[in-house]
Amino acid sequence: MAVLECIDLEKWYGNVKALNGVNLALEPGRIVGLVGPNGSGKTTLIKLAQHLLTPTHGQILIGGMEPGAETKEIVSYLPDRDFLPGWMNVESLLDFYSDFYPDFDAGRAGQMLDALQIDPHRVFKKLSKGTREKVQLIMTMSRRASVYLLDEPIAGVDPAARDYILRTIISNYSENGLVLLSTHLITDVEPVLDEVVFLKQGHVELHENADALRERTGMSVDGYFREVFRC
Amino acid sequence: MKWRFESGIPIYLQILERLRTDIASGTYPPGAKLPPVRELALEAGVNPNTMQRAFAELERDGIVYTQRTSGRFVTGDETALRQLRRSLSEGVVDEMCSRLVRMGMKKDEIVTAVREWTSENPENKEGPGSCLKANE
Repeated sequence: MAVLECIDLEKWYGNVKALNGVNLALEPGRIVGLVGPNGSGKTTLIKLAQHLLTPTHGQILIGGMEPGAETKEIVSYLPDRDFLPGWMNVESLLDFYSDFYPDFDAGRAGQMLDALQIDPHRVFKKLSKGTREKVQLIMTMSRRASVYLLDEPIAGVDPAARDYILRTIISNYSENGLVLLSTHLITDVEPVLDEVVFLKQGHVELHENADALRERTGMSVDGYFREVFRC
Repeated sequence: MKWRFESGIPIYLQILERLRTDIASGTYPPGAKLPPVRELALEAGVNPNTMQRAFAELERDGIVYTQRTSGRFVTGDETALRQLRRSLSEGVVDEMCSRLVRMGMKKDEIVTAVREWTSENPENKEGPGSCLKANE
């Protein structure tokens, strides 16, 4: 059964339709890439799933429920900007998350911080942009959630850390978890994706298994993306 | 060895090819235990489901088998392994000969060239599972 489902989902900002009739069903145990040009509705879709926005029409369901307090318990969300309290040091962020989320695994987060040589005594806002992104992703992936919503998780980090982060995603999502990640850096994430969803002007242009797409088109997902969205 | 993937070819097929070669060449010898799917997926930097799909294919071909509690193993069945080497080598031979034909070589010239190569490179210099052995 789909763990994330959109039914005729629309979101209007004034009279601009950011999402225009999205129908989508995502199964657990998959890593799904949400791709599309700027302004195609990726962040809007993710924010609707996290109840930061409400639909204008239609429905979005997480585990059969409308987004709200209950779904936030099972959804781990990484926004596309800084969201952690800047004055805290990394160690107290771990405590903060442990207090807030029963499914947070502080031990695992500690290991990842170690692996990326991030000093837990540093204050969050004084870290470099890339390091802040790494910390936020570590916090997000250290929850044992059913759904991970990752909005541009690797955009700001260096290529070596990108590899580490992608491995982190592969090794940390649970077998019945769904990872939905939006990105422009398709080439980097391609090998880890099960499925891709192409958003175009607020609707789903394509939803396909990544290998099936490569087989059908003889192109990489990135190559096909460039063709579909040629300017 | 590092994993690299070509764009535009399904990743599970590329993994499959790599695993078949590793088994044929004895990197994973007959009867050997294979690393867990998740571990190999991490090493290759691919989705575990993709790695799983490649393994499922190997299992269907009878090249690997799963023992419920202890993991996945390379088959000890020499016939299956010989069959694997043969089918891998057919691909290589086909590719090589097509290239030679495109270069303008005649079939008997190709045969002569291969024969010369085999006499210049005695059998025991090759590892297990070389094309030579597979075609014996």
